[in-house]
Amino acid sequence: MRTLRYIIGLISLICILLIILLYPPEASVYLGLIYVDFSKRALFILILCSALCLFRIIKGPTAPDRIVAIDIFGILIIGFCAVLSISTKRNWYIDIGIAWALQSFISTLALAKYLEGRDFDE
Amino acid sequence: MSEIIGFIFIIIGLAFDLFGCLGLIRLPDVYNRLQASTKCVTLGTCGILFGMLFIVGFTASGIKAILCALFLLLTSPVAAHALSRAAHISGVKLWEASVVDKYEEDGK
Repeated sequence: MRTLRYIIGLISLICILLIILLYPPEASVYLGLIYVDFSKRALFILILCSALCLFRIIKGPTAPDRIVAIDIFGILIIGFCAVLSISTKRNWYIDIGIAWALQSFISTLALAKYLEGRDFDE
Repeated sequence: MSEIIGFIFIIIGLAFDLFGCLGLIRLPDVYNRLQASTKCVTLGTCGILFGMLFIVGFTASGIKAILCALFLLLTSPVAAHALSRAAHISGVKLWEASVVDKYEEDGK
């Protein structure tokens, strides 16, 4: 019974994803603007994911929960930058992604060290 | 043709992002959530970046995308490991139905 519930949930999630991705396109696709139409749907899914992360940041019972959610939020922003760089054909969006990856890694390590109860110069 | 391969990579990445964030909501424990949400990084965002490489080709932004993916693959497991160790040291309890805790056994 429990396995059946899991299978139904997985199938419905995949259906939601496919409905978002394969919804009948706007007229802009026929004008050759397929990147714009695709990146709109990709950004919609990424915004959904970041709303879930924000829920965990607000509700998380302990501090490590919030730090995990903030880390994943930064990772999603790198995906944002990649999709925007594809759709607008501008190079410098991916530079923002690289800088955000560096900053997210260092801030996660610093917060982990703070949670262990050590100083930053040990 | 390479554009279609890139779109398929991006769709796989988006699916893994969505499943990882759902795991962040649904699972009962810090460690379980960490285990679900690191899949967001290695398959989700790296999938999107490899798809971008296939779409734009070996231009400046494509090489920057593959550099960003390599950096993420190197650093994010280190960050997740440090975070789980810090959570264990700071005294976050495991879920009641957890079976084994090797880190606690080795500490004694």
